[in-house]
Amino acid sequence: MSLSATKFVHPITTPPSTRSSDKPLFSTFFGSNHTKLRFNKPIVVAQRRSSSAASTSSPVVAVSDVVKEKKLKSASNLLITKEEGLVIYEDMILGRFFEDMCAQMYYRGKMFGFVHLYNGQEAVSTGFIKFLKKEDYVVSTYRDHVHALSKGVPAREVMSELFGKATGCCRGQGGSMHMFSKQYNLLGGFAFIGEGIPVATGAAFSSKYRREVLKEPGADEVTLAFFGDGTCNNGQFYECLNMAALWKLPIVFVVENNLWAIGMSHLRATSDPQIWKKGPAFGMPGIHVDGMDVLKVREVAKEAIERARRGEGPTLVECETYRFRGHSLADPDELRDPAEKAHYAGRDPITALKKYLFDNKLASEQELKAIDKKIEELLDDAVEFADESPLPPRSQLLENVFADPKGFGIGPDGKYRCEDPKFTQGTAHV
Amino acid sequence: MATLFQGLPSSTAFSSSNKFNHAPAPTSFSGTWNNERKSSIVTVRSDARWSPVLNSATHKPQRLITNAVATKADSSLASTSSKPGHELLLFEALREGLEEEMERDPCVCVMGEDVGHYGGSYKVTKGLATKFGDLRVLDTPIAENSFTGMGIGAAMTGLRPIIEGMNMGFLLLAFNQISNNCGMLHYTSGGQFKIPVVIRGPGGVGRQLGAEHSQRLESYFQSIPGIQMVACSTPYNAKGLMKAAIRSENPVILFEHVLLYNLKDRIPDEEYVLSLEEAEMVRPGEHVTILTYSRMRYHVMQAAKTLVNKGYDPEVIDIRSLKPFDLHTIGKSVKKTHRVLIVEECMRTGGIGASLTAAITENFNDDLDAPIVCLSSQDVPTPYAGTLEEWTVVQPAQIVTAVEQLCQ
Repeated sequence: MSLSATKFVHPITTPPSTRSSDKPLFSTFFGSNHTKLRFNKPIVVAQRRSSSAASTSSPVVAVSDVVKEKKLKSASNLLITKEEGLVIYEDMILGRFFEDMCAQMYYRGKMFGFVHLYNGQEAVSTGFIKFLKKEDYVVSTYRDHVHALSKGVPAREVMSELFGKATGCCRGQGGSMHMFSKQYNLLGGFAFIGEGIPVATGAAFSSKYRREVLKEPGADEVTLAFFGDGTCNNGQFYECLNMAALWKLPIVFVVENNLWAIGMSHLRATSDPQIWKKGPAFGMPGIHVDGMDVLKVREVAKEAIERARRGEGPTLVECETYRFRGHSLADPDELRDPAEKAHYAGRDPITALKKYLFDNKLASEQELKAIDKKIEELLDDAVEFADESPLPPRSQLLENVFADPKGFGIGPDGKYRCEDPKFTQGTAHV
Repeated sequence: MATLFQGLPSSTAFSSSNKFNHAPAPTSFSGTWNNERKSSIVTVRSDARWSPVLNSATHKPQRLITNAVATKADSSLASTSSKPGHELLLFEALREGLEEEMERDPCVCVMGEDVGHYGGSYKVTKGLATKFGDLRVLDTPIAENSFTGMGIGAAMTGLRPIIEGMNMGFLLLAFNQISNNCGMLHYTSGGQFKIPVVIRGPGGVGRQLGAEHSQRLESYFQSIPGIQMVACSTPYNAKGLMKAAIRSENPVILFEHVLLYNLKDRIPDEEYVLSLEEAEMVRPGEHVTILTYSRMRYHVMQAAKTLVNKGYDPEVIDIRSLKPFDLHTIGKSVKKTHRVLIVEECMRTGGIGASLTAAITENFNDDLDAPIVCLSSQDVPTPYAGTLEEWTVVQPAQIVTAVEQLCQ
């Protein structure tokens, strides 16, 4: 496979930040080098961590060609317009406030089970999904609330789903970890890590099939598969990288590397922690981007998505990001070093975007506060809606087991079970 | 040779002519396709020529029996003079069904290992890649879990894939996707996405293929909510079930058997689709109900000849639908004969027979005169040695003994 999209460039790097493990983390950022975006001071190259066994010692890395080109092409120095800025801001605020509200509701006993919050990672979701059309597909993991919101699923429906009400996007049957929306092409919501990646590959295959076999004009839907660093040690990830590159499927694999898989540090679990490097091994470009910077993510996202849409194949994007809360609301989060948390709290993507908007006079304090208020009201409405929605009735229990309920079979009386009126009422003995 | 047709709805007649290794006499095929939901096609079929791959050790010269099946002429059924049908092997019947469905609906596609250029390890997809292209008949890398998941994702987004496991046992690697996604996603998405996949492949105990290639996964998959399982056993029901499975909106697992691919039979020229949920009446009888599926059907029919000679009149039902069970056909039979024998190739523990025993006991306990007897394979990884392998699965002699004991 050609590696034409990868190019060796010298990166500007930052030093390894402190981690709870005694090994310094390799944390260099190879996204855009646009000075206006850098929220960290540029510092001289630090060498890689010594324990990376097989890696080369040369400080070269694969970066997408086009990221470099794009910098030169932009007419103004700004990466976004005011409208775009406000849209991005609103989306990230929606994600943040929603997750905070979830935590509140959880501790008040309105939602149960495993709830995984996305605080701190909003830049990735907003950065990628805001480039998608409605027909494009998004596949996520159990940390999927914000992906759903970014894709367009109304906050009411997501909140209802979390409360387990019949008005939820999945009728209360999915829950926090299984958000689906046919209308907005959100293909889930998967509880086991890695099992959504083949589904995403299938959606991309479908898109290619429609274009090449069914010859549908304009069938260029792109699929985004979001998953974490822990998933990158899972077989399904590699199998799908292979198939996607082999058939040039229109998919972007987005790794949300937040450095922790519950309590397992990425470094302790992975022989070579640089996930982006695994892309070129399969014949696709691998890009590492600062996932706490929504504008950098956007640059990379735009190119990766357009690449897929043009039919040039998949891309692997590793976003280095961080979750401010524990793995789930049940996680005491004792293992992570407070210094590490503080470091990343200082790189809060929302704060960073705000600063960018103010510095470049793209928005005023009042405008942003107005957006904050709007989102708060939206969420209050969502909670109220969810509170008042009915719980699913007994009759709903068996309704969606089969798309064709004849699958329940023929009963002793010769009729299909689903024809029994007691069956639909939920009182039949099955 | 005696040919007959049955007028009973949801039952087909199996007319058996005399001995083994006897070329089937030309039969006149006549039947009607009744479109009413409950009826299966009424057919007349010749004796399925015993495949040479069946265990020849049990072939013994038999006394001539003119007719092992009770005949019931039904005058209400007019015999239409339709075309005589055509003969083919079971794998060709599967291919025919597959090809017809692929022509009918361009969203139907196949994916699996060696299904394209190689034509399928058992030639079920031979020639299809040339005809439909490499994307519609997709040769996948060896990654069962992922390409099964890929098929599921494609199904969620509008395609109708048929996922082939080169051997059913390989689908154990895809268990995650089959259980978690295939079975569940329609439910957890609140009904938003349907998953019309067909997962098919050869399974069962073959000819000294070794333990891992001789697995019966129907027992492993049967608890998964949201899927249907069917097992084909003749060219006729293979084609019909393949077409039905492809047209179904539910995920269906179609179990084929390695040793049955070369079965030859005559099937109708007209298009037909069978019901996924119905069982097939193979041989009506009065004394005992024998429930079976897939390859064991042939062992049962072999035993039936012996039993008939000894004066018994077994009713043989090929349950075909492993999940859900057709309790109507089974129930009617139990109410008639009051004795049940289940013959299956599944393992003893937790197999289809175990579930069937439970279902019959729950629903028809009052109609039973004797406890249900279930003959299954031994709980043993299938040995390589031919003799050991033979003792692992149920043989006709055991069936005869079981019926004799049951009918005392």
